[in-house]
Amino acid sequence: MNAASDSLQPDGGWNPSKGVVGMACLIIAESAIFTIFVVAYLFYLGKSQNGPTPQQVLELPILNSICLLSSSVTITFAVRSLRNGDTKRFNAWWLATIALGTYFLLGTGREWQHLIRDKGLTIQTNLFGTTFYSLVGLHASHVVVGLLALLMVMAFGVVGAVKKEHAERAHVLSLYWHFVDVVWVVVFTVVYIIGR
Amino acid sequence: MSAIAKTDEISGSTALDPTTAQNKNVFDHIHSWLVTVDHKKLGLMYIMYGLFFFVVAGIEAALIRIQLAVPNNHFLPPQIFNQLFTMHGTTMVFLVGMPLIFGFANYLVPLMIGARDLAFPRLNAFGFWLSVLGGLLLYFSFIGGEGMTGAGSAPDVGWFAYAPLTAKAFSKGHSTDYWILGVLIGGFGSVATAVNVISTILCMRCRGMTLTKMPLLVWLNLIMCGMVLLAVTPLTAAQIMLLLDRFVGSHFFDTQAGGSATLWMHFFWIFGHPEVYILVIPAFAIASEIIPVFSRKAIFGYPAMVGATIAIAFVSMSVWAHHMFTIGMTSAGNTFFVVSTMTVGIPTGIKIFNWLGTMWGGKLRFETPMLFSIAFVFHLLIMGLTGIMLSAAPFNWQLNASYFVVAHFHYVLVGAIVFMIFAGTYYWFPKATGRLLSDRLGKWHFWLFLIGFHMTFDTMHLPGVLGMPRRIYTYEAGRGWGTLNLICTLGAAVQGVAVLVFVCNILGSIRKGQRAGADPWDAWTLEWSTSSPPPEYNFAEIPIVRSRRPLWDIKHPTDPDWKYE
Repeated sequence: MNAASDSLQPDGGWNPSKGVVGMACLIIAESAIFTIFVVAYLFYLGKSQNGPTPQQVLELPILNSICLLSSSVTITFAVRSLRNGDTKRFNAWWLATIALGTYFLLGTGREWQHLIRDKGLTIQTNLFGTTFYSLVGLHASHVVVGLLALLMVMAFGVVGAVKKEHAERAHVLSLYWHFVDVVWVVVFTVVYIIGR
Repeated sequence: MSAIAKTDEISGSTALDPTTAQNKNVFDHIHSWLVTVDHKKLGLMYIMYGLFFFVVAGIEAALIRIQLAVPNNHFLPPQIFNQLFTMHGTTMVFLVGMPLIFGFANYLVPLMIGARDLAFPRLNAFGFWLSVLGGLLLYFSFIGGEGMTGAGSAPDVGWFAYAPLTAKAFSKGHSTDYWILGVLIGGFGSVATAVNVISTILCMRCRGMTLTKMPLLVWLNLIMCGMVLLAVTPLTAAQIMLLLDRFVGSHFFDTQAGGSATLWMHFFWIFGHPEVYILVIPAFAIASEIIPVFSRKAIFGYPAMVGATIAIAFVSMSVWAHHMFTIGMTSAGNTFFVVSTMTVGIPTGIKIFNWLGTMWGGKLRFETPMLFSIAFVFHLLIMGLTGIMLSAAPFNWQLNASYFVVAHFHYVLVGAIVFMIFAGTYYWFPKATGRLLSDRLGKWHFWLFLIGFHMTFDTMHLPGVLGMPRRIYTYEAGRGWGTLNLICTLGAAVQGVAVLVFVCNILGSIRKGQRAGADPWDAWTLEWSTSSPPPEYNFAEIPIVRSRRPLWDIKHPTDPDWKYE
């Protein structure tokens, strides 16, 4: 009987965390949404009936991209600190992540302001405007959602309610943040490199 | 998780003071359903919600059939006819099909894998109420769709809402906006529930239930939910684009500014075709539970069944453009989609043989759930054959958008899915309520529905072959379509009577039905090991499983399955 019950472990001990699986599913679903927007962007590339074109108005958002990508590093450090029970260091890294994300968002805002006010490109101008603002805007809206979630955790962290046992949840949230960063790599490639 | 929950939850539920329990008035009762996060209550609410809209969409179909019964009919004005077929299609897919399959998944998956709830109970409630909001928004269009311009009421753009008909210029008022928002929000609910079901299946199985020992219903729902993640979201993306087009003046589907109407078709069918499989795989799942129990044999070819379902899911993601042969693709494109579409027939054929192999040599018990299941296998064969016909591009050019297509997909949606929803209801009703549905009324329901179904949908192929297009609100006499359409309408009436019998059966049996006991069918999966209806905590003790038929092992300790698997 003992020998038989050894074989009762589900799938040889493979026991994934439901938070990670749930977030992975959400990421798969979100990837499909972004794929459709990317396909639309590529499909309409160069099909605008009037200007301005991407070559005329787009500038590489280098500093912005560096900020967002490095926020993936800071959030990894934050989660690692929390796993070690170092809540002070967690708070610091978490705040750094929020700051970098906010800088990215402000950068996107400045870019849009420049495009709308100085270059006269709106979502109504042509197919480039339509696909550009919707793809970049879809990504930016995900950054906003991510920042709201990060801020909520920050609020709990400031009052000292985030403890070592919450490391798993912080990890799950960090997966979403990494996803937002990876999507930016795709968007950057499609919009600013292939599309320009 | 299981160890701590056990004692707490049991003592919590028995500690309820009996006098206060009796004093619960009707508002307390309703309140307890509104705030519930219990997978069984949410599952039942999904099913009731689906059945309610099934009746609504049925009434819409009945009005359509009355209008088409005779040539030159003026029962409905054309505008109303357009609204009715749009609302019928949208309702049946998004407010009947999706809630019903998620209702069954919600109710059965935790019970079958020996879990106490889904992985995220509050996300589950969130998903359900989002679906309700979607349904209410869609139907609010009947009173709120006029908007400021006074044009239109319910949406009338067809369930696939082709561009540029949905542009602001051609769809004035807000009816199309309600269509977009209703479907969009329902889609969010579907994705939320799919995430939940997948997490539950992967993380919450009881001890000993490896992936290869899961009941087939659980496997097939896992695959279905994976498809929801990948297939519903493209529609969400396309709907967001359409909303942007209508509200902020972008040009995605605006052909005058260089936008493409064809792109919408692609995006819609990238969702639309896998959606058919999202709906039919749960029907396969129900059949795979019922047929073995009523054949008194274990399922034939369990690994082949799982493999075939994964193959269907995979192939069905790359067949969408067979809905679009008539837009004129390149011959390479046509060939690809013809071949990929025909390929779906192979795994589907494997499934049919597996069910037949299960029945072969079994001791068949012809009770109502089994009758519906046998009819389902037969219908699946017929719709597979007409599907192969339609997958050939030249044949499709001739018959696309004719009643032949309508007959074909109703064979899937009614002949397969609705039949299995009925079968599943007869099979699991005793588990959910503790009482059996009347078998006598069930047989009336089955035979009337079967006869009505074949009168309507067998006949409907013929006007299609004779050239009758879809979505026309009336037709001239003397084209040879009149008598056939009349037979279709009479068949619809017979189906209506059958559904009435079904509703009476439910309402009667819920109060006076025969007591079922825990295991009325002598079945083998875990949901039958707990009481009917199951307690809130499902299992007093989390079960331990050693084979695919854990209840067989308990009932036959001298000859358990795990010796052979």
